[in-house]
Amino acid sequence: MLKAGLRLGCPDCTIEVVVVKAPTSDVKLTCSGSPLVDMDSPRSQGGHPAVEGDGALLGKRYVDEESDLEVLCTKAGPGALACDGRALTIRGAKPLPSSD
Amino acid sequence: MDLNLLLEMAVSGYGDRTAVTAGGDSLTYGDLGRLAAAGAELIDRIGADSVIYIGPSHPAFPVALFAAGAAGVPFIPLNYRLGREQLDGLMAAHPQALVVSDESWIAAGATEKSRSIGTFLDSLSPGFPSAGGDPPSPGEADDVAVVLYTSGTSGTPKAALLRHRNLASYVFTTVEFAQASEDEAALVTVPTYHIAGLANLLSNLYAGRRIVYLENFDPQVWLETIRNESITQAMVVPTMMARVVRFLDGVDAKVPSLRTLAYGGSRMPIPVLEEALARFPDAGFVNAYGLTETSSTIALLSPDDHRAGLSSDQPVARARLGSVGRVIPGVEVEIRDEGGAPLPVEAAGLIFLRGEQVSGEYAGVSVLDAEGWFPTGDKGWVDDEGYLFIEGRADDTIIRGGENVSPAEIEDVLMQHPAVADAAVVGVPDDEWGQRIAAVVCVDREDGSIASDDLTEWVRQRLRSSKTPDLVVFWPELPRTATGKLLRRQILADLSGTLMAGRPAEPEGRPVS
Repeated sequence: MLKAGLRLGCPDCTIEVVVVKAPTSDVKLTCSGSPLVDMDSPRSQGGHPAVEGDGALLGKRYVDEESDLEVLCTKAGPGALACDGRALTIRGAKPLPSSD
Repeated sequence: MDLNLLLEMAVSGYGDRTAVTAGGDSLTYGDLGRLAAAGAELIDRIGADSVIYIGPSHPAFPVALFAAGAAGVPFIPLNYRLGREQLDGLMAAHPQALVVSDESWIAAGATEKSRSIGTFLDSLSPGFPSAGGDPPSPGEADDVAVVLYTSGTSGTPKAALLRHRNLASYVFTTVEFAQASEDEAALVTVPTYHIAGLANLLSNLYAGRRIVYLENFDPQVWLETIRNESITQAMVVPTMMARVVRFLDGVDAKVPSLRTLAYGGSRMPIPVLEEALARFPDAGFVNAYGLTETSSTIALLSPDDHRAGLSSDQPVARARLGSVGRVIPGVEVEIRDEGGAPLPVEAAGLIFLRGEQVSGEYAGVSVLDAEGWFPTGDKGWVDDEGYLFIEGRADDTIIRGGENVSPAEIEDVLMQHPAVADAAVVGVPDDEWGQRIAAVVCVDREDGSIASDDLTEWVRQRLRSSKTPDLVVFWPELPRTATGKLLRRQILADLSGTLMAGRPAEPEGRPVS
C-alpha cells in the first residue's frame, strides 16, 4: 500500500516521485510499464524502449481520480506514469494566495 | 518526504535564482544547496546531534536549517531576545548541538561546538574540506525536522516538534512549485525563532521567490525597502501594520510593486485593518491563522474576502473581515464543547484541527486524540460558509458571575474608540463575582484626554452591561510578544500588584520594562 511521504523512482529513467496523497485502494504505480521502486533499489536508468508524451515535469502533481492517488514529481524524466494501467493526469495549478 | 527534497527541487529547477538577500549578502538556490551539503558534513564530523540557531534573519538561517536536514538532525531556532538565563536553560536540553549564533552570544558562551554566523559560513565555502566518504543521510519523513519553543503566553514555553512530513505537507498543499515569476520578491520581518519565519522561508523557496530579510522593523525603512527592492509580497504581524498606518498618517503607501500583503501571528484590530486597506489600495490582503503545532497557516482570508468585506453593505461580509477565513485544503476543523461533543455551525466552542501538517506533539508527547484531532486551546466558531472566527485562548475566557466573557470582543469595541490606541481585557479575581472585568487601555497620544467613565459607557452602549469593564486602567504601553500576542499573564500580574497595593486606577500608567 502506498503511503503519503513515500519516495519512489523509475528503474528505467530519471523520474522520481513522492506520494502526496495515499490511494484509497492498493494500486500499482508504473512508469512506461515498469513498476516504480523504492529509492534504495538499484536503478539502471537505461531508458524505456518506447516513450511517448511529455514525460513527467519537475514540481508537477499527477493524479489518478479513481484511486485518489496523488504524486509529486521531484525529478523529471521521459517516462509515462500510470496507476493500474490508467495514465496519471496532471493536476491543474490552483495556488492559494501567498500567506507567508 | 523531507525538507531537503524542497531544496533539491529548487536547486534543479532554478539554481541560478537569488534565494535570499539580507543587507548586502545574497545566496542563490545553488549556493544554498552547496552550503547545506557542506554544513551537513561539518555536523557529522563534530558529532553534533542537533543545530541551534540564535540570531537574526540572515542567509545563515536557511543554511543552518538545511544543513541540519541534510545531516538528519533537528534544527532548533531560539529567541535571541530571551535573557541569558532562559537561553542557557533551553540550551541545556541540547548539550551536543552545533550552536550557530551572532558574535555577542559567542563572546559570552562559546563551547567547542559553537560558531559565530560569520565563522560558520566561512568554514563552509569555498573549498570546504570534504571528508570524501559517504555523505551523511538526510532526515526522513518521520524524523523531527524542527523543534520550536512556543511563545508561552499561557504557560512556560513548550518544545513543539515538527516532523519533516508535517512541514513538507504544508508546503506541498499550499504552494505550487516554481509558481513565482522571476521578478517576485518577499519581504520578511518575522523572527527566525517563530513558525512564521520558518514557514515563509519554506514557502518562498518552493515558489522560487527571492526572500529579502529586514531585521529590526521600522515602518519607514520597511516602506523604503519595498520600493528599493521592488517587493511583491510582504508579511507583517498586526503591531507592525499598526505602526505602518500610524506612520503613513492618512497618506497612501505608494508601493506599486506590492501585490500581496499578508498578516497574522496575533489578532488584527479591525480599525487598523480598515485603515491599512485604504492606505494600500492596490495590494491584495491575506489574513493567515495557524499555530506552531500546525506547521503555520491552517486558515486564510483571501484578497477577495477583504474586498467584499470592505465594499459590501452586507453585515455578513463585513463581519468576515474579523474572521481568519476558511481552512486550507488538507486540514479539517471541528468545534467542540467542554465535554468533547461536536457543536453545530455558529456555536462557539473549542477549536480542534486535523491534517498531515498538524503535529500536536511536544518533546515526544503527542496531544492528538485517538482520531488524530489536535486541541488548539483556542475558542471560536465557524459560520455557514466555513469562515472561522477566533475568540482567543480558552484560558483567557473571563467568567464573571457565571457568564463566559471573551476578552477579544470587549477589546475590539474599545479599539473602535477614536482615542484608544491599544487595549487589553483581563479577568481579575473577585470574591463576589468570581472574576471582574478589567480593561487596560493605551491612549492615542494626540487624542489624550479621556476618562474611564467615557470608555465604560462606550462599551455599555455597544455590548451589554455584563460585558462592561468593572474598571479601566491607563498604561502607556502593553506587553506583547514579538509577533504581537498580548502577554496577559504579565498584565494580570502587574495589575494585581497595583490593585493589591490598594492604589486607585492610575491615569498616568506605569513604566514598561
